[in-house]
Amino acid sequence: MRIGTPKEIFLGENRVAMTPESALQMQKLGYECFIEKGAGEAARFSDKDYKNAGVKVLNSAASLYKEVDIVAKVRPPEDIEIKRLKKGQTLISFFYPGQNTTLLEAANKKGAHIIAMDMVPRISRAQKMDALSSMANIAGYRSVMEAGNNFGRFFTGQVTAAGKVPPAKVLIVGAGVAGLAAIGAATSLGAMVYAFDVRPEVAEQIESMGAEFVFLDFEQEQSDGAETGGYAAPSSPEFREKQLAKFRELAPEMDIVITTALIPGRDAPKLWLEDMVSLQKPGSVVVDLAAERGGNCDLTVMDKKIVSENGVTIVGYTDFPSQMAAQSSTLYSTNIRHMMTDLTPDKDGKLKHDMKDDVIRGATASHKGKITFPPPPPKIAAIAAKAPVAPEPSAEELLALEALKLKKAGSQQTALLVFGGLLMLLIGAYAPSSFMQHFIVFVLSCFIGFQVIWNVSHSLHTPLMAITNAISGIIILGALLQIGSSGFIITILASISVLIAMINIVGGFMVTRRMLQMFQKS
Amino acid sequence: MGIGIVTATYIAASVLFILALGGLSNQEKAKRAVWYGIVGMALAVVATMFGPGVGGWSIILLIPLLGVGAFIGMVVAQRVEMTEMPQLVAALHSFVGLAAVFIGLNSDILGTHGLVGAEIAIHEVEVFLGVFIGAITFTGSIIAYGKLAGKIDGKALVLPFRHLLNIAAIIFSLILLLMYMNHSGSWTLYLMMIIAFALGAHLVAAIGGADMPVVVSMLNSYSGWAAAATGFLLGNDLLIVTGALVGSSGAILSYIMCKAMNRSFISVILGGFGGSKGPAMEIDGEMIATDVNTVVAQLNDAKSIVIIPGYGMAVAQAQQSVSELTRRLRDKGKNVRFAIHPVAGRLPGHMNVLLAEAKVPYDIVLEMDEINDDFPETDIAIVIGSNDIVNPAAQEDPNSPIAGMPVLECWKAKSVIVSKRGQGTGYSGIENPLFFKENTRMLYGDAKASLDQILQSLS
Repeated sequence: MRIGTPKEIFLGENRVAMTPESALQMQKLGYECFIEKGAGEAARFSDKDYKNAGVKVLNSAASLYKEVDIVAKVRPPEDIEIKRLKKGQTLISFFYPGQNTTLLEAANKKGAHIIAMDMVPRISRAQKMDALSSMANIAGYRSVMEAGNNFGRFFTGQVTAAGKVPPAKVLIVGAGVAGLAAIGAATSLGAMVYAFDVRPEVAEQIESMGAEFVFLDFEQEQSDGAETGGYAAPSSPEFREKQLAKFRELAPEMDIVITTALIPGRDAPKLWLEDMVSLQKPGSVVVDLAAERGGNCDLTVMDKKIVSENGVTIVGYTDFPSQMAAQSSTLYSTNIRHMMTDLTPDKDGKLKHDMKDDVIRGATASHKGKITFPPPPPKIAAIAAKAPVAPEPSAEELLALEALKLKKAGSQQTALLVFGGLLMLLIGAYAPSSFMQHFIVFVLSCFIGFQVIWNVSHSLHTPLMAITNAISGIIILGALLQIGSSGFIITILASISVLIAMINIVGGFMVTRRMLQMFQKS
Repeated sequence: MGIGIVTATYIAASVLFILALGGLSNQEKAKRAVWYGIVGMALAVVATMFGPGVGGWSIILLIPLLGVGAFIGMVVAQRVEMTEMPQLVAALHSFVGLAAVFIGLNSDILGTHGLVGAEIAIHEVEVFLGVFIGAITFTGSIIAYGKLAGKIDGKALVLPFRHLLNIAAIIFSLILLLMYMNHSGSWTLYLMMIIAFALGAHLVAAIGGADMPVVVSMLNSYSGWAAAATGFLLGNDLLIVTGALVGSSGAILSYIMCKAMNRSFISVILGGFGGSKGPAMEIDGEMIATDVNTVVAQLNDAKSIVIIPGYGMAVAQAQQSVSELTRRLRDKGKNVRFAIHPVAGRLPGHMNVLLAEAKVPYDIVLEMDEINDDFPETDIAIVIGSNDIVNPAAQEDPNSPIAGMPVLECWKAKSVIVSKRGQGTGYSGIENPLFFKENTRMLYGDAKASLDQILQSLS
């Protein structure tokens, strides 16, 4: 089958859904690849690169739509692109079917199958095609760059001959993929990074990226991220008040604030209010990654950079991934390629739209003339529900437990001793004294053996076996004592015993020595 | 030499043996400890040879015997490959078993003169017990040797009514003991010996593959008890002391191995894994393959690396390549360590010896308890030829047959690379969810070949 990518017609969109690299991979799946002339230009992929990768370059978008069976693009289609769709054609792109209902209906009327890259369910198997995450990652990184661009100081603290420079303090609100990427970028530039999220379970991830989790002292049944597919849920008014108070406290100190808070299917929550901006130092920067959905900051203007009255720069750009078109195209085209791999299970260049597959079903918005949005919930939960953690026992409880254990061990030991003593008495009552003398040696030796062996290092267990092997060759003494006795058979048997016991002794000791010699310290 | 001097020598020898075993608590002391053992043994043998009870002419016979035995022992010890250690240990156990049998038979022939009353009964029990334990040790070790050396099929042999057979053998032996004590003749002893031979062979034949560490340490224990029984028989305290030391050492090793598999000793002896208690947890995800170049790139970026070797490394003879890889990575300033599970390999401590032979410094080879907490800070965990000991199902799936077994928590590392031949399951035949985790990549192919390729690309 044929797969093609047109040039993005949305103004300022630099990304492209197919790169020469992804085209090569797609051809391995058995597809013929097409691209519109100049489609990769803005992302620095020339038509020549595509030709070299075996991609046919077509002159116009119209001819491309006519030629191919599958269209892969980035932005949701515009009206003119919808018109070009054929019946039975498959379109793979961001679609946002929840918001773009009319668009979806139009595409559906055309009889095209729509696979919305933004609807890929968040399960581990589908991570490799999660385009939202790859774009969010880029946005997070880019937001730090943008902040740095507008910030008049270093990120990292320095002590120079010309004086001391304090490190920049960065606050990241919302630790999703974008937030975590921003934390990573900001910490590696040397800033002191603080991060906040309403989901307490991400604290660990925040700390693992090198930022400090802004802890909110609030008693509440926190919802587990697992219920909402790993996304944040709206919080209660009390919680929100507490949160805003915390932000107000932090605002004067923070040089850079990057907000990434989004709640699925709603406008972005307002978290960085006007009064917080007014508390900030002049020259501070706020980058609002939620600008497209109304912004987390009161003052954000979508797609614009503004400066507040007190000199705080507020960036509301929404095209961060497009600003890094080469990188984001590479990642996005790889997401598309993984989607195609799942759609082509037999690697024969034939698209198999398997509606039983959780991932494909979830991403499909229109199929065979029917609108299939919204999809049923996936069979597998996004993130395994957290097992309820048993409360940590307190110190006293631990002590009590310990004491109980000791007592139990003690009584067990007593029982064993009593039993052993009785057994000894029983033996002593019948056995002759000569036996008892040997028996006491035996029992004591067992005890010494137990005490000594417990201390042997685990790594020396093989040498231990070899050396015990050697000393169990002590049985040679028995044979030695018998060899002098009269009787032919006895002498023969004893001689063989001496021989093999000697092999045992020498072999055992030598091999132990050889092994121990090998253990070397670095 | 008089009896007093011989006894004094025996005391010295006992003390030296205890010091020899105690010295194994650390690698540096251990090198001296072996000498304690050797000196102790030499003292004991010389004192016995020149002590009372050994006739003058028999020394002439003894010297060539000792010489030949020592020579064979030396040759074997020098030639043996470290991967063949389990076989060697098993073979040496069989010798002790056989010697115990012979000495027991000799005692029977020598008869019970000079003994009265209960002493006779006790002597007879001792003979019987010595031969019984010796015989089980002998055939058990031979079967274990065959299995470890790959000369017999390593799979567990499952006969119908096998538990019944074992019990019958023991009961029959007891009956024969009673008959023997009632002077029914030496044939009872011989018959019992044959039964014990069969019993030993059957016991070990019923135990398969990964349970071998338990079996070998169990046989180690038996060989000690055999020596102790012989000591009772001959009234020789040194034999009793040494036998008891060896016996308890083997018993502790068996206990440690069983604990490391979260199984009771009985269940290991009876063979086979217990059935699962319910349906296994469903595994979500897929095995993702990786290639040498990606692994090399990952290794170059990593700071902290933990290598988890298993029996597969020994099978592929990959320890030299592992050591070379370790050396190169350490030269690059990376923190490379090894994590050893107590039951990795076919012998307690087997992996340590293999790595030591390949010149991996022992202070970077750590036990499970020492390293398990470090995995979250580890960049890459490399699993080479191990399976069940890194199976997260042991912790996550209460229905898993290995539930509760302590395992190396390598999946907590940032990424895991599994070098594995194919997609099969481990010894226990259970799926390993580790291979399906998001941060796991599978490097298919022979471990040694893969590692050598990595070494080539890793400049």
